[in-house]
Amino acid sequence: MKEKILYGYAGIFNTADDVIKAAKKVKSNGYEKFDVHTPYPVHGMPKAMSLKPSKLGYFALIFGLTGALSALLLTYWISAYDYPLVIGGKPFFSFPAYIPVIFEVTVLSASIATVITMLFIFFKFPNNAHPLNDTDYMKKVSSDKYGIVILASDEKFEESSVEQFFKSVNASEIFPIYFDIEELNANPKILEPKFLLFLLLAGIITSGATYFTLNKLLYMVPFNWMMEQPKLNPQQKSSIFSDGFGMRMPVEGTVARNYLPYAYKNQPEEAEKYLVNPLPVNKSILELGQKKYDIYCSPCHGYYGEGDSRLRGQFPNPPSLHSEKVRTWPDGRIFHVITEGQNIMPSYSTQLTVDERWAIIHYIRALQRSLNAKETDLK
Amino acid sequence: MSSNIELQFQKKKLPSKVFNTGIFLMFIGLLGIILSYYENPLRSAYNNIILFLFLASIGVGSLFLIGIEYLSGAVWSVPFRRIPEFLSNILIFLPIIVLPLLFNMNNIFHWLHPEILKADELLKSKAPYLNVQFFIVRVIIFLLIWIIFYLILFKNSTKQDDTKDPTLTKKNIKFSAAFMPFFAITITFTAIDWLMSLEPHWYSTIFGVYYFAGTVLAALSSSTIAIVLLNENGYLIQGLKEDHYYSLGALLFAFVNFWAYIAFSQYLLIWYANLPEETIWFLNRWEGNWKFISIGLIFVHFVVPYFGLLSQPSKMNPKRLLFMSSWILFAHYYDLYWLSIPNFSKDSFIFSWNEISFVLFAVGILITVIYKQSNKYNLIPVGDPKLKRGIDFRL
Repeated sequence: MKEKILYGYAGIFNTADDVIKAAKKVKSNGYEKFDVHTPYPVHGMPKAMSLKPSKLGYFALIFGLTGALSALLLTYWISAYDYPLVIGGKPFFSFPAYIPVIFEVTVLSASIATVITMLFIFFKFPNNAHPLNDTDYMKKVSSDKYGIVILASDEKFEESSVEQFFKSVNASEIFPIYFDIEELNANPKILEPKFLLFLLLAGIITSGATYFTLNKLLYMVPFNWMMEQPKLNPQQKSSIFSDGFGMRMPVEGTVARNYLPYAYKNQPEEAEKYLVNPLPVNKSILELGQKKYDIYCSPCHGYYGEGDSRLRGQFPNPPSLHSEKVRTWPDGRIFHVITEGQNIMPSYSTQLTVDERWAIIHYIRALQRSLNAKETDLK
Repeated sequence: MSSNIELQFQKKKLPSKVFNTGIFLMFIGLLGIILSYYENPLRSAYNNIILFLFLASIGVGSLFLIGIEYLSGAVWSVPFRRIPEFLSNILIFLPIIVLPLLFNMNNIFHWLHPEILKADELLKSKAPYLNVQFFIVRVIIFLLIWIIFYLILFKNSTKQDDTKDPTLTKKNIKFSAAFMPFFAITITFTAIDWLMSLEPHWYSTIFGVYYFAGTVLAALSSSTIAIVLLNENGYLIQGLKEDHYYSLGALLFAFVNFWAYIAFSQYLLIWYANLPEETIWFLNRWEGNWKFISIGLIFVHFVVPYFGLLSQPSKMNPKRLLFMSSWILFAHYYDLYWLSIPNFSKDSFIFSWNEISFVLFAVGILITVIYKQSNKYNLIPVGDPKLKRGIDFRL
């Protein structure tokens, strides 16, 4: 066995009351360097140990304010300076919207920075060893016992008197704690030059590789093949055509599928004569007609075609669709009105396809029949 | 052990100076209120709403604090539970204070006027809730609920002083649990009835929570004022020190933040959505020099108490705690003023003897109630089984 270096003397107590009483006496007996370990925070302990208030709060305040300020700058720089966008008609610098961001960043930076400060100040980072780690003492005080350690580095420390003292405050167990010699001599590996060099290299390589990939590699053969294709993107310039445009107008007279031009412009009588509803009457067609009617026609004509507009007189009401005139109109005439408009009714040819218009006409017929049913309908 | 406590606690009577001050303030205030009602009934009615809500905040909020103590099994607050218990005695007087309001309802609430109601689709659709009969029924039921729970909780608590029966604590825990849902509902609808319906077109779903935050702050700060004053002059039991003050201060601090969180949540959503029917409420409070009152609210109700209570020593120092809790109590009045008066005086804020006499009356009646109650009952719940642990409480 190697030589032993004493770290301190430990006393174990069974109840929180005992440990508080003992901690008070440690102080009054003149010991300065000691620590108390309990499995949970014991009320009244700071006072019993006569600890000064922790300084950690000031770090939290400083880092919190720093976080608040940087979040304010960040939000200002992003949305009012670097990339101003109008969002919801608000001014570029709209403070209320930033408060949640500032609040979050404040809390985040305060809490993270406080933990890091604690590691540096109290645990002497990069040191990650402590003589109490992995001892019997630590096992006990982290489950169901309470313990006090008086350090050997204390001026008044003397093995026999400390042992005597622990006996006088009714400690259930008293034993010395020794440094782990290996641990004592081991340098924290985290600040070794080799490790730091490794960290630096790893950082340079990852960032370099990222930069190279995104800014260089993508523009090299063959990776740029996907990007640089011999084609024109919409609205690109072109030298092939004399006007310099890459996009072409369709050849004159071209007609898009399903968008045949209307043959009977300004000829309602012709439309009446020659146009026939090509759609069959069935449930799905009627439902399509109802859907489109409710969207485009009902705001003025009303849901049941009675001319009871839902616009509350802000627009002249159209006549009823149940009039004798409309009922006797052939389908072609109604189609003409929907396509071209009539009086103040505008054309609906851009909103409704040809089929939808015919479907609406079937639905209107159904509405008309519902108010003016024939004898035969009742059977 | 329990006999030991009784030896330590000697019942001392508060000096009659306190009573005289309270009665004097109350009398002056009452005189001012009567004059004010002669001079300008509508303005006085608005101030009466503030008075009613201010005292209700303290009374019901105190009941809430008592209930929370029972429900959470808190130990540190047991030695001064009597103070919120005394303060909630104010609930007994609320029916009298609300009476002038019920007679002036026609002036205060414009949703009552049939000709306005007829022309207003929105008010018509709200009429099943906003009508005189239902309103009065609600007020009466809420007051009854509060007073009944006050009587039960207080009676059990004082009975324990003599009998030392620990089952009374258990009983009160049950009654506190029953009180909580009633508390949530009554406080929400009180806020809606008396504050939100002053502008019946406007609505905010968080409004009840907003008023709740103020309620707890008012009860907590007025209790803290009384506790610090009584304890520093030795009327409470020995052994109540920094640790207890710290806990009171921390709770105050928490609710200052809670209020700010809720108030900002309400503002942010309305500001973001920018709907005319919602923003109008804030725009009314931005008119003329109301702007300064609105900006001032942020400082009075949040910034000053936040930094005043931030550090650990400021919560432990009785003088600073006393100052901050008085400040917060004032902030609650400021908040109620900001919520209601813009509906009466739209262009600029008004503050003169009318307002002051209502404030004097409120302060006077609170002092009188505390004096009367503390001479009648023990200032310490000597029979509470948790008392010893409460006194020994350390951080």
